[in-house]
Amino acid sequence: MKPSRWLPHPLLSICLLVVWLLLINGFSLGHLLLGALLGWLIPLVTQVFWINPPRIRKPIKLCLFLLHVIWDILLANLQVARLILGPSSRLRPAFVEIPVQLEDELALTMLASVISLTPGTVSADLSDDRKTLLVHTLDVADEEQLVRDIKARYEAPLLEVFACSAT
Amino acid sequence: MNEWIEGIVALFLLLGSLFALVGALGLYRLPDFFMRLHGPTKATTLGVGGMVIASMIYFGARDQGLSLHELLITLFLFITAPVSAHMLAKAALQQKLRLHEKTRGRPWEQ
Repeated sequence: MKPSRWLPHPLLSICLLVVWLLLINGFSLGHLLLGALLGWLIPLVTQVFWINPPRIRKPIKLCLFLLHVIWDILLANLQVARLILGPSSRLRPAFVEIPVQLEDELALTMLASVISLTPGTVSADLSDDRKTLLVHTLDVADEEQLVRDIKARYEAPLLEVFACSAT
Repeated sequence: MNEWIEGIVALFLLLGSLFALVGALGLYRLPDFFMRLHGPTKATTLGVGGMVIASMIYFGARDQGLSLHELLITLFLFITAPVSAHMLAKAALQQKLRLHEKTRGRPWEQ
């Protein structure tokens, strides 16, 4: 779907419709129409506030990536639970700087959020030039390995999905 | 309601509470601020997740229909938890909070 003047954010409209139907927790023609109206009206009214959304080149890839992330979140929960219950003297906390190639704001936000939700890492800060992400880790043996893992597991798929130029 | 469904609902509630408890324990036990952030941002996701699944099964079985609006709780949690963790971490960096002595690497100065 191409964005146009009267439908500036088609994807956002669909999301709003789905969220509306979930909120109502039911399905009927009336609510479908009302949800569609809201999904059309809200992006139209608020469009001056929106930053330019990136083009999503590979929607299927994005869905796969999100499923992969949800699975990682489950594993992260178990791992962090184990670390918390174990003796805290064995933990090896560290600050790690991760160079990022993503340039788009939404893609960067997604990367930072995913890092915060997955195994033993919380993104703490983004450098002023938006080239480095500061990450705090709860227990890490090898910083280099962690940087490589994060870049391969989370940044590479996002780069592909949003088709940013890898500089 | 069928005993089996009640059993499954109870199981998910217990599992959820267990993970919420672990998250709270982490907040209490870990030595410094940044490490404490890890407990609530992660262990609680599964805690809330377990309760959300229990709620979906319970209301789905009681009203003989699909109950999906609990999924929104998960969605909003996934959007808001990293943001609040990030803001807390940024504030802590600004305040230059004491780090655990074993922490490798230092936060930068900006």
